[in-house]
Amino acid sequence: MGFKHKDIIALRDLTKEEILLLLDTAENMREINSRDIKKVPTLRGKTIINLFYEASTRTRTSFEIAAKRLSADAVNISPSTSSATKGETLLDTAKNLMAMKPDIIVMRHAISGSHYFLAKRLPCSIINAGDGAHEHPSQGLLDMLTMRDRFGRLDGLKVAIVGDVTHSRVARSNIQGLTKMGSHVFLAGPPTMIPTGAEQLGNVTVCKDMNEAIDGADVVMMLRIQLERQGKTLLPTLKEYSRYYGLNPENLKLAKKDAMVMHPGPINRGVELSSYVADGDQSHVMKQVENGVAVRMAMLYHVSGGELVE
Amino acid sequence: MIAYNSGEDKIRPDNFIFEVIPMSLLIKNGRVIDPSQNIDDTLDVLVERGKVKEIGKGVKAPAGTETIDAKGCYVTPGLIDMHVHLRDPGLEYKEDIVSGTMAAAAGGFTSVVCMPNTSPVNDNKTVTTYIIAKAKAEGAVNVFPIGAITKGSKGESLAEMGELKEAGCVAVSDDGHPVANAELMRRALEYAKGMGIMLISHAEEKALVGEGVMNEGFAATELGLKGIPWAAEDVATARDVYLAEFTGSPVHIAHVSTKGALRIIRNAKARGVKVTCETAPHYFSLTDDAVRGYETNAKMNPPLRSADDVTAVKAALKDGTIDAIATDHAPHHLDEKDIEFNLALNGIIGLETSLPLSLKLVEEKVLTLPALVEKMSVNPAKILDIGRGTLKAGAVADITVIDPKAEWIVDPDKLASKSKNSPWLGQKMKGAAAYTIVAGKVVYKK
Repeated sequence: MGFKHKDIIALRDLTKEEILLLLDTAENMREINSRDIKKVPTLRGKTIINLFYEASTRTRTSFEIAAKRLSADAVNISPSTSSATKGETLLDTAKNLMAMKPDIIVMRHAISGSHYFLAKRLPCSIINAGDGAHEHPSQGLLDMLTMRDRFGRLDGLKVAIVGDVTHSRVARSNIQGLTKMGSHVFLAGPPTMIPTGAEQLGNVTVCKDMNEAIDGADVVMMLRIQLERQGKTLLPTLKEYSRYYGLNPENLKLAKKDAMVMHPGPINRGVELSSYVADGDQSHVMKQVENGVAVRMAMLYHVSGGELVE
Repeated sequence: MIAYNSGEDKIRPDNFIFEVIPMSLLIKNGRVIDPSQNIDDTLDVLVERGKVKEIGKGVKAPAGTETIDAKGCYVTPGLIDMHVHLRDPGLEYKEDIVSGTMAAAAGGFTSVVCMPNTSPVNDNKTVTTYIIAKAKAEGAVNVFPIGAITKGSKGESLAEMGELKEAGCVAVSDDGHPVANAELMRRALEYAKGMGIMLISHAEEKALVGEGVMNEGFAATELGLKGIPWAAEDVATARDVYLAEFTGSPVHIAHVSTKGALRIIRNAKARGVKVTCETAPHYFSLTDDAVRGYETNAKMNPPLRSADDVTAVKAALKDGTIDAIATDHAPHHLDEKDIEFNLALNGIIGLETSLPLSLKLVEEKVLTLPALVEKMSVNPAKILDIGRGTLKAGAVADITVIDPKAEWIVDPDKLASKSKNSPWLGQKMKGAAAYTIVAGKVVYKK
């Protein structure tokens, strides 16, 4: 089975089978990452541009390493050094980059939907490394891979997602992916941070408080609280937020024994996640990061037309 | 086809005829619909020297009268769009008085009422006089300007409404920049009442809009776009309706799009508040699902709402809560629309698609034909007191001949407007203006 898409912009656009294909490929890629010589010639001669309009350490590095392990040439462009500050439009920037004939553009952009805008106009593949509050498909995939590693399946899981769902592209990609794979997602957060019509996104339940969401959960996924995004109207103080929507060893007991704790990073220690939990036995945060490289290798590989490697 | 544009006349491109006023014109065999006189019958209309002379069966015309056979067509008082943006002066790269009035003529409108958010803002008689003079000299249809409520539409101090009215403004509005200060709005309503000029409110609580770019609802949630809650419109509508009630001043609410705002207006009308309102064709034709795919031609303000709101808009058209259909024709350059969704400007063009979209309401039995003509001609004329919207003998002969069966495709290359920002590009429309007649002169023929 091949992968039919030129671009990967949202897990909403992928079928269950396509998601499985990406996860299976990622598992194979993981083997490469454990070798002494972590490099295969698969994408030799391909040029990949990492175009990051928003700051990123983890995701950008992860995409860059993924490209290099597949022997592609990767170039990083970040906003401070780009023409964005000179008033050039996104389309003009992309057209100029296109003239240099890249095969894949990996982009992060603050405006939801920017990737569709480019994908419609450019012949190269576009991979979404995060767009506004829309989706972050590589994060959704790496989260699902991490869950599958632990449970051997993705159907029938109870996954709690806690925090600012409204502004979270991580939450949207996880909801789209997980509900497609047969999991049930429970959302909790201050009502100021739960988007209208969230239940319509699939098998999703909006809970009245955090305890209800994590009660009996297989996975507790905590979202990063970002004061710079939330401003002053959505929550009074981080202290109060932490008290009602923070995960600590005490409320974690409500979840299943050995439930997974996940966080997309970077963590605000002592706010959404207490250090005891972040560094505890149930934390899979580092495993998520590790899987990130493999998942991104799989994404680069499949938009380049690769078949499943057996 | 009639040949008003004889050989030596200067001919505009396409179907626009600006020369030669016939002494007399007979429009025969059309279904004449004039709600101002309760007329709905197959009749002839005779026009002489720019005025309606006679309506009746088998009307005899003097020798040499030009004749239009309107068999199968509706003949109505000239359509009036009481909410357009002509972008002139200052923003002529989007539209100007010539292209805007040509779009109006092509859409069957004999009069347009233009909003003051030009550059400079129409908050003084110099700008008003310029618009009127240019429209008279070069425009295809009548142009009635709207002046600003506050100086520069900045919401700080009242504009000189007396001077604006004297110069020819038919209403005042800070469209797009709603008056945020409730005290100032109260005084504006009182002052406008004293000057005998209608105040049009763009009812929107900007604090609730925030950085929103589309209707707050499931589509926005899925697309990850910031929502604009319906409450932003309802809260502002309630404020202005209560201020109108308190001051006893009339108020007209522009482009109503929500169920709640309509309920507020309906209740206010029932208790005698002098409130009128309009909606736009997109608010009864599209929902916020049209934004999917990050379609910037579905981005406007107020935003496209839920299916529930569309149903409520239709019900309010039917029960008369909504007095008028106006397009909020908002031309924007391609560069302002062919960009990332959040950066795209609000608004769509509407003059050339309003008639077929509104005729659909008749097909769907939301409105009778006479009720539609009321909302597109009679009522706007009444609300603004501009002496149009009727075919009574002696009235200015502004007439629209509508071919309800004409099928056509919205082709960006054939639109008269300078801008092409329409969500209906490439789509099939049914119904069109066959002839647009201003003061007895055919200014457009299909």
